[in-house]
Amino acid sequence: MINADSSPRQPYSTYHQWYASQDRNRLIAKSKEAENIFRKTGITFAVYGHADSSEKLIPFDLIPRIISGREWRRLAQGIEQRVIALNAFLDDIYHKQEIIRAGRIPRELIEKNDAFLPQMIGFRPPGGVYTHIVGTDIVRTGEDQFYVLEDNARTPSGVSYMLENRETMMQMFPELFHQNRVRPVENYPYLLRQSLSSLAPPGCAGKPRVAVLTPGIYNSAFYEHAFLADMMGVELVEGSDLRVIDGKVKMRTTRGYEAIDVLYRRVDDDFLDPLTFRPDSALGIPGIMDVYRAGNITIANAPGTGISDDKAIYSYMPEIVEFYTGRKPLLENVPTWRCSEPQSLKYVLEHLEELVVKEVHGSGGYGMLVGPTATKKERAAFAEKLRERPGNYIAQPTLSLSTVPILVNKGIAPRHVDLRPYVLVSDKVQIIPGGLTRVALKEGSLVVNSSQGGGTKDTWVLED
Amino acid sequence: MLGRTANGLYWMFRYIERAENSARLIDAGLRMSLTRSESSEGDWDGVLQSAGVRELYDEVHDTLTSSDAIDFLLRDRANPSSVMSCIEAGRHNARMVRTALTRETWEATNECWIELKAMLANKARPADMPEIIDAIKRRAGLIRGAFHGTMLRNEIFNFSRIGTFIERADNTARILDVKYYVLLPAVSAVGSSMDNVQWESILRSVSAHRAYGWVYDAELKPANIADFLISNGRMPRSLAYCYEKIASNLGYLAREYGERHAAHETAEETLASLRSQSISDIMDRGLHEYLEEFISHNNRLGQEITDGYRFYQ
Repeated sequence: MINADSSPRQPYSTYHQWYASQDRNRLIAKSKEAENIFRKTGITFAVYGHADSSEKLIPFDLIPRIISGREWRRLAQGIEQRVIALNAFLDDIYHKQEIIRAGRIPRELIEKNDAFLPQMIGFRPPGGVYTHIVGTDIVRTGEDQFYVLEDNARTPSGVSYMLENRETMMQMFPELFHQNRVRPVENYPYLLRQSLSSLAPPGCAGKPRVAVLTPGIYNSAFYEHAFLADMMGVELVEGSDLRVIDGKVKMRTTRGYEAIDVLYRRVDDDFLDPLTFRPDSALGIPGIMDVYRAGNITIANAPGTGISDDKAIYSYMPEIVEFYTGRKPLLENVPTWRCSEPQSLKYVLEHLEELVVKEVHGSGGYGMLVGPTATKKERAAFAEKLRERPGNYIAQPTLSLSTVPILVNKGIAPRHVDLRPYVLVSDKVQIIPGGLTRVALKEGSLVVNSSQGGGTKDTWVLED
Repeated sequence: MLGRTANGLYWMFRYIERAENSARLIDAGLRMSLTRSESSEGDWDGVLQSAGVRELYDEVHDTLTSSDAIDFLLRDRANPSSVMSCIEAGRHNARMVRTALTRETWEATNECWIELKAMLANKARPADMPEIIDAIKRRAGLIRGAFHGTMLRNEIFNFSRIGTFIERADNTARILDVKYYVLLPAVSAVGSSMDNVQWESILRSVSAHRAYGWVYDAELKPANIADFLISNGRMPRSLAYCYEKIASNLGYLAREYGERHAAHETAEETLASLRSQSISDIMDRGLHEYLEEFISHNNRLGQEITDGYRFYQ
């Protein structure tokens, strides 16, 4: 929020004035009020493995993260380029595989990858869209210096927090929205439904029927699934509600079975169809892949998109962007060592204390080592794991992540953040101006995951 | 609407109804023990029987004490009809069907759970009981108020109401059956002299001790009490009232869907017999037999609704 010369950074100037006029105790009381709103509404998530406290709140910080219109335009262009490249890459990988033939990506990296689904080979989803919803994780290291951390192209979560955080801010501080021209995010559910409907399968006659597929009430993101279905005005279904009848996927209603045209699924590929993938899955719909391939349902995101956001593929993203768009990437990739390569492994083992090492297939901040803050013992234990299965890991330098202010008892204090804007892909690419800002609440921490004590804040993109 | 959603609504409201019922039974039990000088363990035996959990209680406890009985009815998770078990199950179902509920109804349900979970985290002290019973009634009232004030009168509303009244009819029939079973032999033996405290406790268990006086004499007569709880269509916990509501809500569904099920026949038949049979007919035939049959028909109706509206398959 503040420049080196202690003047507020430009996008924060109006907010800073307002903040200076506020009584700190009132803000702290407001903070409690926000927590009550979240608890009452049931905006919770589940942490797996915590039986006693199955529903937790994600801490909400009431100081918004503010991005200027100029900064946003730059970001949005970079994200759009990247998302277009992701879709082109997926189409290529499941068809002609030109990028492999051109020698830009090793064949075994794709074909030996669990996220690559041979069932998708030769099949083009309706509209040629693979990743209907993308959440690109971005960090900032300096003025105009943005890095993409991850392209979440499977089923990115967190968008309900983007919407609820904004709702909460507007309830608590309406005056701020008079003083600042904040671009709206509230129409996301409407855009999502429109975007999904526009990609109905060829077999759909009439108005497409959309449904959200959830693994159920015990899933960590169940609240979000219910929220999105509610806001879009569509059914929230579970695998047990669905059945393949006469070549269509149908849901069991109180008046019989009715067809679904577009399924926004929040169930992983593995569990989607027990006849095709994991036979023990109780969350999926037996036979849905046949319906899909026959052109009678749209699945969003398409099965098999995980190959594009795999951490092992990530390090090739600059090549991928350039290969399909013919231009240099607008957003930077974090330099990445692939531990599968002996040279890199050697380097990583020698520099563990300055690197972040991640599991290729991990998520949620589990199974990673943050070198600079780990103890010697932790590093030694991790080095052991690295030597055992080097192909399982990548390593990246710790970036000097930007900080934004959060409210603490003594006033404000800087904390590290990342940003996940949400992108909808149909015949066009729409990037919602805002996103989910996750913040590491522990002083000095770089881990922003909610499962590891991270919080969230409202994210403002200003008109200018 | 999804069959699973209809199922969730039906059970959400059954559980909320049952939670209130368990709270009322505890209230009636506490009241009885206050108005007696001797030990009140026998009263709790009757309360546990009315709640249908007497045998379950013996599986968990060796002896019957009022403090254990209260705890069992209030917070024991081993008792699926305890207030806390019901609130948890009701909220669990509400969470599953929350896209079908208004924000107000969901929040009232969620806040009920939040408050009672905190309030019932530890075994309650006798001094806290009035406050606890009050909180349960108030919270259930808030859910009902939010539901009636904000929900569209559509199929969602119908399935919720059907759940409420199937449960309520079951509760009223059980209370009446158990109490009569316990009390009537004494009545026939002695003639007209009865234990007023016991009789009043029946009325208290269904929140009808004041209303009774308005409708009948001040004197508590078994036939009048049975009439009030079975046939009186103005009494909101009577079997007749419950079946008016069940039949009318099923009727809305039949008209909207253009489809009737076995459930419609069953509900209409039961309603017709509740309207036509006089209480003396019922007493002559045997109240216990009558209520037993009613409870089993009520269960069958629940099953027919489950099947007809594809709750599970």
